[in-house]
Amino acid sequence: MTTHATARPATKAAAKPATMAQALQRAMRDAMAEDPTVHVMGEDVGTLGGVFRVTDGLAKEFGEDRCTDTPLAEAGILGTAVGMAMYGLRPVVEMQFDAFAYPAFEQLISHVSRMRNRTRGTMPMPITVRVPYGGGIGGVEHHSDSSEAYYMATPGLHVVTPATVEDAYGLLRAAIASDDPVVFLEPKRLYWSKSDWSPEAPAAVEPIGKAVVRRRGTSATLITYGPSLPVCMEAAEAAQAEGWDLEVVDLRSLVPFDDETVCASVKRTGRAVVVHESAGFGGPGGEIAARVTERCFHHLEAPVLRVAGFDIPYPPPMLERHHLPGVDRVLDAVARLQWEAGS
Amino acid sequence: MDSLQQRSSTVQEPPGAARAYRPTPPPAWQPRTDPAPLLPESEPLRVLGTDAVADADPELLRRLYRELVRGRRYNAQATALTKQGRLAVYPSTTGQEACEVAAALALEERDWLFPSYRDTLAAVARGVDPVQALTLLRGDWHTGYDPHEHRVAPLSTPLATQLPHAVGLAHAARLKGDDVVALAMVGDGGTSEGDFHEALNFAAVWQAPVVFLVQNNGFAISVPLAKQTAAPSLAHKAVGYGMPGRLVDGNDAVAVHQVLTEAVARARRGGGPTLVEAVTYRIDAHTNADDATRYRGESEVEIWRAHDPILILERELTERGLLDEDGRRTAAEEAETMAARLRERMNADPVLDPMDLFAHVYAEKTAQLREQAAQLRAELDAESEAG
Repeated sequence: MTTHATARPATKAAAKPATMAQALQRAMRDAMAEDPTVHVMGEDVGTLGGVFRVTDGLAKEFGEDRCTDTPLAEAGILGTAVGMAMYGLRPVVEMQFDAFAYPAFEQLISHVSRMRNRTRGTMPMPITVRVPYGGGIGGVEHHSDSSEAYYMATPGLHVVTPATVEDAYGLLRAAIASDDPVVFLEPKRLYWSKSDWSPEAPAAVEPIGKAVVRRRGTSATLITYGPSLPVCMEAAEAAQAEGWDLEVVDLRSLVPFDDETVCASVKRTGRAVVVHESAGFGGPGGEIAARVTERCFHHLEAPVLRVAGFDIPYPPPMLERHHLPGVDRVLDAVARLQWEAGS
Repeated sequence: MDSLQQRSSTVQEPPGAARAYRPTPPPAWQPRTDPAPLLPESEPLRVLGTDAVADADPELLRRLYRELVRGRRYNAQATALTKQGRLAVYPSTTGQEACEVAAALALEERDWLFPSYRDTLAAVARGVDPVQALTLLRGDWHTGYDPHEHRVAPLSTPLATQLPHAVGLAHAARLKGDDVVALAMVGDGGTSEGDFHEALNFAAVWQAPVVFLVQNNGFAISVPLAKQTAAPSLAHKAVGYGMPGRLVDGNDAVAVHQVLTEAVARARRGGGPTLVEAVTYRIDAHTNADDATRYRGESEVEIWRAHDPILILERELTERGLLDEDGRRTAAEEAETMAARLRERMNADPVLDPMDLFAHVYAEKTAQLREQAAQLRAELDAESEAG
């Protein structure tokens, strides 16, 4: 990978708070400026700048060969990206919405995830698959799925999801630089979340696979990621009134999984709740609860609980508030952690 | 209320009455491309047995012959290896060798081949080690060769999914300024898959230097072409994408070589993709695990045996004085040497390292994979101690 530094002078505009969408755009822009093999492709990513404007300006700055509006065909987008990666490019593909990525599953599972393995390392797949995911934006059917469990179940893929503006930049840079395929899940209801992060002084590139403790606490650990992080932070604040001092772990990377950070936290607090939007049955929480139980059993004061979306197809937007795990549901679970044998 | 009444009176207006509103005519519609030059020939192109064969290079004819004979022997040997349990399965290309060989010979060294699981022979004809080309089917590793060495992508088991890879690679090469062409092979059944459509569409929109070769061998396992498509021919599908479709006799090695060479040259000079349908026939069953007598009659197979690619080329070469008994014997001996060597090498058990299971999942092993590798290491050590 060829790299050259791209120091840009600070401007007054930098003082404005940045959104997650802007941080993601900046990450792609910086990666494209540093490495001519980075190509952005997908439906509407060029002239329109993406339906969420995440690729805004990239086609104008780097040309249509580097930021390409493709035909509307997800299998084709990812399938051609495979061939481009074979020839030494680093494609960053956009799957406009979570449920629109399903036609590309065969390419992802049958080729992208296992090309390195089947060719004994001679054909790595440095592809980043950007998938805006999750609900909470009032989207109609097929626009709010949390599909992370499908990706997690496929060896050979990294699965990453930022929850903060800083991580959006840092993790996307790491994903694009990765020599392995990364499914980069963007929590779309956090696209407009803001931070004082300045695009003129980009945050550090985060290594993939490291969880982070967002809030220190002693009573129990909330294990979460992506769109559920703000919910858990709010729940932790509210729990203080009940005398519960909650620790919050943001996983950031679902694959590889950071057992170390998660178990260190659970061993400190002795109690854990996993919180995510996707369905609980067969969902990420089951895997996480099992891992925690296997490693921290003697430290646990209560079973590891899960607060997840219901086991239903994603509901219509007028009902989604009843489906999404909110602060109250998290607090109810925390209350259940005052568990006694036989209860 | 008023507006409702007004609306209903408009609807009830008697036919033919004068109307105040006339729709503005839309802009005149024009097809984007004249479809005529894209249409395939009305019959598969044949060179053997016609005057056109006089234009063919005698050296090429002789080379095609030797490669066909070697290919037929390879198919027979690999099929025999399945009976001995040395290969889990082998999808034979007996009867289709002309397509396989012409595919390899139509390419320059810098070009890429994207084979399906049936196209082992094309990979071998392009220089891949015959044993390495069979590891997928033997079961010791999914891809036994380094794809970059001879620019042959892994044999693709899912149908048509390798076609968009070919498009992406060709597109990337063009972006880098390299005059590389990708040749992607697929069967008649594969043309029904969504990836076939998406690959052809991307290739045409991007004008990518790709040639798609459909080997229409009559059956997708047991399903005949008539139940696969209602198109006039598979080559006709090209027109809908805006690329030329070419129809060729897949058992006429010279015709296939000619059509593919033209399509490759066209792609290389920036002319965009071509869809070639080679009409051929699978003499053997789908694989050794298939019973072809359940879905086709012997009389049909006999007709195709008479149109065998080796037979018709041999006749032509003999008539033209380019092949004599010596030439036939040399070709047969070459093929026999290859088969003996293949048999000998395939009869040796492959040496496998179970730790390879974890070696290439990611560029760096995850903590979880390191743990699992340690577990397997301990199991192996315990096994070897137990003797």
